[in-house]
Amino acid sequence: MKAPEDTASGQARVRYTQPSADCLLIRLAGGWSLKDGIPSIDEFNQQITAQPLIRQIRFDGRDITQWDTSLLAFLTRIIGQARQQGMTPDFEGLPEGVRRLLELAAAVPPQPDTGRGAGHTALLAQIGTTTLRYLQGAPEMARFLGEVVQSFGRLLRGKAQFRRADLMLIIQDVGPQALPIVSLISFLVGLIVAYMGAVQLAQFGAQIYIANLVGIGMVREMGALMTGIIMAGRTGASFAAQLGTMQVNEEIDAFRTLGISPMDFLVMPRMLALILMMPLLTLYSDLVGMLAGLFVAQTAFDIGTFEYYHQTVHALDLRQFAVGISKGTTYGILIAFAGCLRGMQCGRSAQAVGQATTSAVVTSILFIVIAASLLTIIYQQLGI
Amino acid sequence: MAYGDFVIQHDLNFTVRRGDIFIIMGGSGCGKSTLLRHLIGLKSPAKGQVYFDDLSFWEAGPEEQETVKRSFGMLFQSGALWSSLTLAENVALPLGEYTGLSPVEISEIVSLKLALVGLAGFEEFYPSEISGGMQKRAGLARAMALDPDILFFDEPSAGLDPISSRRLDELILELRESLGATIVVVTHELASIFTIGNNSVFLDPETRTMIASGDPNLLRKECPDPKVRSFLNRGEP
Repeated sequence: MKAPEDTASGQARVRYTQPSADCLLIRLAGGWSLKDGIPSIDEFNQQITAQPLIRQIRFDGRDITQWDTSLLAFLTRIIGQARQQGMTPDFEGLPEGVRRLLELAAAVPPQPDTGRGAGHTALLAQIGTTTLRYLQGAPEMARFLGEVVQSFGRLLRGKAQFRRADLMLIIQDVGPQALPIVSLISFLVGLIVAYMGAVQLAQFGAQIYIANLVGIGMVREMGALMTGIIMAGRTGASFAAQLGTMQVNEEIDAFRTLGISPMDFLVMPRMLALILMMPLLTLYSDLVGMLAGLFVAQTAFDIGTFEYYHQTVHALDLRQFAVGISKGTTYGILIAFAGCLRGMQCGRSAQAVGQATTSAVVTSILFIVIAASLLTIIYQQLGI
Repeated sequence: MAYGDFVIQHDLNFTVRRGDIFIIMGGSGCGKSTLLRHLIGLKSPAKGQVYFDDLSFWEAGPEEQETVKRSFGMLFQSGALWSSLTLAENVALPLGEYTGLSPVEISEIVSLKLALVGLAGFEEFYPSEISGGMQKRAGLARAMALDPDILFFDEPSAGLDPISSRRLDELILELRESLGATIVVVTHELASIFTIGNNSVFLDPETRTMIASGDPNLLRKECPDPKVRSFLNRGEP
C-alpha cells in the first residue's frame, strides 16, 4: 500500500517542536515502511514529561513521502499515550488516508467483557477442570451407548434408515482393503512368535512344538489383538475423521433437521461393517500367522509341511477358533464404538477433527487392551 | 482455463489497472473462482499467461513467484482462518514470517488490523468461537497484514447480512481510497458490484469466454450483449 507520492526519500523521521506552551507539534517525514520497524515513542514520552503544560498534540505530515501500517502503528502508540495523559490529539495535519484509517480503527470500540486475557488459571483449578471434563465424558459415553442400542433395535425391527450401498462401500473399505496391511503385520507377528519360541524349544529338541505355539498363540490371542490394533489405527481413526468432518460441515445437523437419525444413517452401517468384517479378518490373520510359523519351521528348523500341518491340527480345535473370533468381534464393536463416538463428539474446527481422530485411536486401543485382559481371565476361569 | 480436457473459459484477455476495484462476475459455474486461483498463483492456467507489471507469473522462477505472492492479500470465501490459532495469531503469522518486527510491534499491528475490521478485543478468540461474518472480517485483517499491493476477495458478501455486507463494501472502498490498494473481487452480488466496482470482466458459462468488460455501472445500461444487461438488471433486459 502506498501513498500517492510513490517515491520514498529516506527512512521515517520524527521531530518534536512546541509552537506554544500547551501544544506539541509532531513533524513526520520520509518513507514509512514496516521493513524498517516502528519508531520508538520514548522521545514523545520525554517531551510530555518535561513539559507538563502540554494539552494538545498536533501533527504535520506534509513531508511524508510513503507510508504503510508502520505509520498507523506509530500514531496509535502516540494517540494511546496522549489520551492516557488527558491530552487531545488533532489529526488535521495527517494525510487524508491516514486520518480515515485511524477513524475506521476507532469506529468500533474494543469489545469489553470478552472474558479473555484474564491471566493464567491456577494449577489446582486446571486439574479440577480437566478432571471434571473427563468425568463429563462418562455420561456422554453412556448416552451414546444407549443411542447405539436403540439404533440397533431399530435395525433389528427393520426400521433403521440407511442406504445399503453405503454399508457395502464401508464393508469394502473395512474388509478387503485392509487385507494387505493385515497380511503384512500378521505374517511378521507370526514370524516373531515362531522365532522366539523356536530358539527356546530347540534347547530341548522340541522344535516341532513351534506349530502348537504359533497356532494357539495366533488363534487365541495375537490374530485378534493385532487385527484389532491395525483396525483401531486404520478404521477407527477413519470413522472419527469422517464423522468429525461431517460435524464441521454441518452435514450431521442436516440429517437431524431432515428427521433422519445420524445414528441410523452413519453410525449403524459403520458398526455393522466392522462387526461383520472383524471375525473374517481375525480368521485371515490367524491363517497368515500360521503360514509365517510354517515358513520359519521349514527354512530354519527343517520341519516338513505335512508334519507342521499335522501338529497344528492336533493342537487346535474349534474352541480355540471360537475364543479368537469372539475376541476379534468384541474388538471390532469397541473400535467402531470409539471411532463413531469421537467423531460424533467432534467440535467444529480442523483442530477438533485432529483431536477426535487421536482420541478415537487412543480410546480404541485402551478398550481393546482392557477387553483382552478381561476376556482372557474369563475364558481361563471357564476353562476354554 | 481447463480441468483436464474440460475447458471452462478460453480467450480471456483483460487488464487490471493500479487502484482499480476490479470485479470478476458471471453466473454460477462460469469459472470465476478458478480464474481467481490462476491470478493468485494457486493453479496454473492450461494456456496463456498472467502478468504482474511486466513479470509473467507462471513463467517466473519459484523465488520470483514468492516475491510477487508477498504483495498479494487474499480473502477466501469462508475466511479460511487457521482453526488452531487465535485471531491474533492468524494475523501475526505472516508478519512474523516476513518482517523483522519484534513480538511487541507485531502485537500492536495485529490489534490495529483487527480494529480496522471492527474486531478490537477479539484477539484471543479462536475462529470457531466467532460468527461467520466475524471470521470473514478476521480473514480480511489477515489478508491486510503485510500491506499488500493487491487484495483479492472471493465472494466477500456471501453469507453476510445486508448491513455487514454494506459495511464490508465500505471497508473495501476505504482501503482503496486510503491505501491506494488494487482490489480484485469475485462476486455476483449486484449491490456490491455497482457500489464498489469501477472495472470488471463478465464470464459467460455458455460461450465459455468473457463477453463484456469495463465499468459495471456503464455495462448495466450500455452493454450491447443482452445477457450482460439481463444479469446486471436481475433478469430484466
